[in-house]
Amino acid sequence: MSNTLTRRRFLKISAGTFGAAAAATQLPRVAQVIAADAPAAKGVTATPTFCEMCFWRCGGIAYVRDGRLWKFEGNPLDPQSRGRLCPRGTGAVGAYYDPDRLQRPLIRKGERGKERWQTASWDEALGYVAERMNRIKAQYGPESVAMFNHGIGVRFIQHVLKSWGAINFAGPSFAQCRGPRDVGFALTFGTGLGSPEPTDIANTDCLVLIGSHLGENMHNSQVQEFAQAVERRIPIIVVDPRFSVAASKAKYWLPIKPGTDMALVLAWCNVLVSEGRYDKAFVERYGKGFDKFVQEIRRYTPQWAEAETDIAAATIRATALEMAKASPAVIVHPGRRVNWYGDDAQRSRAIALLNALLGNWGRKGGLFSQAGIKVAGYPLPPYPESTKPLADNPNRERYPFADEAVTTGIRDATLTGKPYPIKGWFVYSSNILHALPNQAETLKAIDTLDLLVVIDTIPSEIAGYADVVLPEVTFLERYDELLAGWGRRGWLALRQPVMPAPHEQKPGWWIAKQLAGKLGIAQSMPFDDIEQYLRARVEKSGYDWDKLKREGIIMGPKQPITVEEGLELSFDTPSGKVEFYSDQLKEKGFDPVPKYTRHPSAPAGYFRLITGRAPVHTFSRTQSNPLLGDAMRENEIWVNGATAKTLGLANGQYVRLRNQDGVVSNRVRVKATQRIRPDTVYMVYGFGHTNPMLKSAYLKGASAAQLTTRYATDPLMGGTSIHGNFVTFVKED
Amino acid sequence: MARFGMVIDTRKCVGCMDCVVACQTENDVPVGYARDWITTEVRGEFPNLTMQIRSERCNHCDNPPCVYCCPTGASHVSDLGGIVKVNASRCIGCKACVAACPYGARFIHPKGYADKCTFCDHRVKDGKDPACVSVCPTHCMVFGDLDDPASEVSRLLRTRKWHTLLPEAGTRPRVFYLT
Repeated sequence: MSNTLTRRRFLKISAGTFGAAAAATQLPRVAQVIAADAPAAKGVTATPTFCEMCFWRCGGIAYVRDGRLWKFEGNPLDPQSRGRLCPRGTGAVGAYYDPDRLQRPLIRKGERGKERWQTASWDEALGYVAERMNRIKAQYGPESVAMFNHGIGVRFIQHVLKSWGAINFAGPSFAQCRGPRDVGFALTFGTGLGSPEPTDIANTDCLVLIGSHLGENMHNSQVQEFAQAVERRIPIIVVDPRFSVAASKAKYWLPIKPGTDMALVLAWCNVLVSEGRYDKAFVERYGKGFDKFVQEIRRYTPQWAEAETDIAAATIRATALEMAKASPAVIVHPGRRVNWYGDDAQRSRAIALLNALLGNWGRKGGLFSQAGIKVAGYPLPPYPESTKPLADNPNRERYPFADEAVTTGIRDATLTGKPYPIKGWFVYSSNILHALPNQAETLKAIDTLDLLVVIDTIPSEIAGYADVVLPEVTFLERYDELLAGWGRRGWLALRQPVMPAPHEQKPGWWIAKQLAGKLGIAQSMPFDDIEQYLRARVEKSGYDWDKLKREGIIMGPKQPITVEEGLELSFDTPSGKVEFYSDQLKEKGFDPVPKYTRHPSAPAGYFRLITGRAPVHTFSRTQSNPLLGDAMRENEIWVNGATAKTLGLANGQYVRLRNQDGVVSNRVRVKATQRIRPDTVYMVYGFGHTNPMLKSAYLKGASAAQLTTRYATDPLMGGTSIHGNFVTFVKED
Repeated sequence: MARFGMVIDTRKCVGCMDCVVACQTENDVPVGYARDWITTEVRGEFPNLTMQIRSERCNHCDNPPCVYCCPTGASHVSDLGGIVKVNASRCIGCKACVAACPYGARFIHPKGYADKCTFCDHRVKDGKDPACVSVCPTHCMVFGDLDDPASEVSRLLRTRKWHTLLPEAGTRPRVFYLT
């Protein structure tokens, strides 16, 4: 087993550098697959690369015909796409041809946010940035420049900032997305889940989705396996206030009262325990504190939960028994964007415990153990040591269980100057005005900055407030860091350029290298171009660079990922067991077993606003893409048909939404539908753009982010809630 | 001669529009136009609901009104598996076919001719599936020869419940929806 790599072990290794290279494994003759798929037509080239339209990172093959990017298809060798991309991946062609793309570096002139720009050369723009950075460093120290980022493309820019002395880096992917889930699972099983989630949907006999709207949320391989599950006619249980696409395929749809999910999960635990239908062998062998857990959940009966959740006690019982029947080949999906109400790490922990009761950890058809691939590092100079704590969560005193940086923690530090001033922000490919709650706070924080640098492909809202905008090429025009993926087998994927940059955009690694030169730390990027760096890493790992360039994907060694395949279970919790009762939570003053807390309901005349995803868009990144914008130009506000009638709202009519704090949205069309609870309204987030440079998406639909003025912060890990706002309708004349 | 058709499993389709986007890139369909589209049909009242999602396109009918009404012969039935096609150079853009099609499958291309789904005959003649079929992440679409009893499409039509769109129009569609 010395040749294998599990995610759990990986997390114990401090850096991403590995001493020993894995032996190249015998792979099938895969070159033919791509060759066979490439059109014989003249003037057509096929180049494999991996997608950045979302963060599932599917492998694809880009076809260029007579110098024009023609299409982007799935790479059959890739475990994430399995030869088929989702609509966003297919629509990547539109990202390249997006007329609203940032074209050249911009330096702000005039007031911040007024969007009066002077175009600049790269030399001028980066010189300006370096000069401002050095001024901040001289006055406050390098720790006072922080970064918000999303995506693998940030790798070298982050590396240069770290080499310069910066220490504060945060992605909304933690506190505004999967963070609560990973913390809840880590507290229970000793490890978070990461991305892609290790859900063996392909082999499961029962699938439970709590808010996860697979099919609208298009994480590719997961949706492919979901469709297989539908075809296999296994029982699917969907918990959602909305009749989602997934709900329409399910045996059970539980239209839950939003905010009460924890009550349902605890009641399910109650049924399994009180009826003796949990996996006793698993609990006995691996569980810790089960008795105390049982005492705690005794009160969460289905009858009690019915009153909280609006789900009939009989349905709660029937669905719990449906899960028990399939155990251990059952998945209560851990979800992904789970920052809903501010107690989400505990709700995720309750979901983890429910999975534990079903004994599905490391089991076929349950939650498997992710395998990785070993990739050698490249020798880079070490980072300078800082004596200061991280600004977002100093010494983990604010959020004891946050194992990644908290974006809003950096925002708080910027606003308060504590524990030390934050005077510069780099924002890479993350539209934090949409991603973080309460835009007013973000804007107030920006007001205190001496430098705001935005690196992106499109003019996002945050770019509108930048001092310097650095236009990056899209993923189709650049090399990035290697992807060493985690899954049923690890894999190595290469992102490589397919098309030339249409204007003066540059790749992240190039921007990083130039900036390093300006900052006087050129030695931090000790390679002439990125190909040299990538090739060295691949060859040192014992893999064939030319083959990787040709095929895009190299699969890692096979290793056991389930007990059925010979996996031995172990848990990285303090007790080495599955913690039904958590001493570490108790020590920090939190509930050692999750407790249900009731969340505020909508005031009279208001509706709870919940949000989700559409299959053709990713966050606020894709609305200006001509292909994807054509597929969905604006979002709609879903209202129950009967409610709409009472309020005098017609289907398709434009309205505005006013939230409990008086914030009024851009106009948005009403979707009067039976597919949602009467007390709840829903919209796809990411719309309602306000940057006029984003011409085709400007003021199209309403922004959920704008209406998220109220938020609760998860005391365990800093996650910020998105479903705690209430809106009412303002009619348009 | 083959008789090509398509079988689409509405149980598996999630309505993600990948088929729509893939058709646009594969066939250079201009932005603002589409040769295929998604229809969602919801029945019932909250919370007792059912929903059918369908990927729709030209039905390549066995009895095609668009071909019969064409004054120039531009609309025709192709030798390749009976695919209904438009010969752009013969089309005068009179819109008779657009009006005749009960499925709204045709539009006038900005270049002036009637346009619609071709079942990606340029791919089919190389032995490939149409772009929409080969891209679909749910594998809900199957393309093949309806006259070949051994084909997957024939097998599905024998073993599963199905319907076509507007059977009362008498067009005898060759796109079938499994339920």
